[in-house]
Amino acid sequence: MDQNFWYLFSAYTLIWVGLFVYLFTLASREKKLETEVVQLKKLLEELEKKFKE
Amino acid sequence: MAELTTRLRITPFGVICLVGLIISLYLSLIWAPRERVMGDVQRIMYFHVATAWIAELAFLLVGISSIIYLWLRERKWDIVAYSAAEVGFVFCCFVMITGPIWGKPVWGTWWTWDPRLTFSMILWLIYVGYLMLRVYGDDIPQVKTFLAVLGILGTLDIPFIHFATMWWRGLHPDSLVMSEEGLGAGMEVDMRIALAVSAIVFTLFFFYLMGRRMALERLRDETEDLRDRLEYMNNDNIRN
Repeated sequence: MDQNFWYLFSAYTLIWVGLFVYLFTLASREKKLETEVVQLKKLLEELEKKFKE
Repeated sequence: MAELTTRLRITPFGVICLVGLIISLYLSLIWAPRERVMGDVQRIMYFHVATAWIAELAFLLVGISSIIYLWLRERKWDIVAYSAAEVGFVFCCFVMITGPIWGKPVWGTWWTWDPRLTFSMILWLIYVGYLMLRVYGDDIPQVKTFLAVLGILGTLDIPFIHFATMWWRGLHPDSLVMSEEGLGAGMEVDMRIALAVSAIVFTLFFFYLMGRRMALERLRDETEDLRDRLEYMNNDNIRN
């Protein structure tokens, strides 16, 4: 096997792993913020109800 | 595959981009001919050049949106600048990693202070500072102004990277893609096709990532807004 194969293999592997890690961090940040938005909206609704009463 | 796309929240456009990346991988690693002098390690070029193009495109976008932000002071341009800077930084990291991996077997060294490499390192460091500042003081108006200026300064470095091989003598080879003889004239047709597909697919993927990153920033704004409203209502409740 070409001794340079490992350079080629590492370059492509690092790019693919890097892309998936970035996609994963984007997805987890989205999920965290969406959960927070739902919770905050619920709290606001409860407070508004309290105000009306 | 379906589970992975759900877990990573990949939209149909994202799936198209990923399929494109797999096709590009096939073209680069199998379909394109083996280079006579460097051998298979030259195949790093198909992703190295494409990611370098995306980093330049992203940082150019940071510069343009930063200028518009300084002029109009509209949050949407700040969001474009921030998103382009983050995505561009990811691609710039790929360039800074794949470059030395390609350089070691061809030049015999991981790193050399060649003009193009040095200006690339400066650009990378500028954006390390830019993103750190974003994390620590993004909500202060003066910091936003400083960030816009830093973004423009980063963009000014791009021509130095791009034309470094023409302006100064160094180890990095001249651009094969934009040579004086024409676009990609120094390469075989199959190599040109593999590189073009890689550049197109990465460009589409960049816009996909930009869309997601901008949506994330808008979601962050919505959270901040809701927190402020909640705090205001709580204070009002205590006073009454």
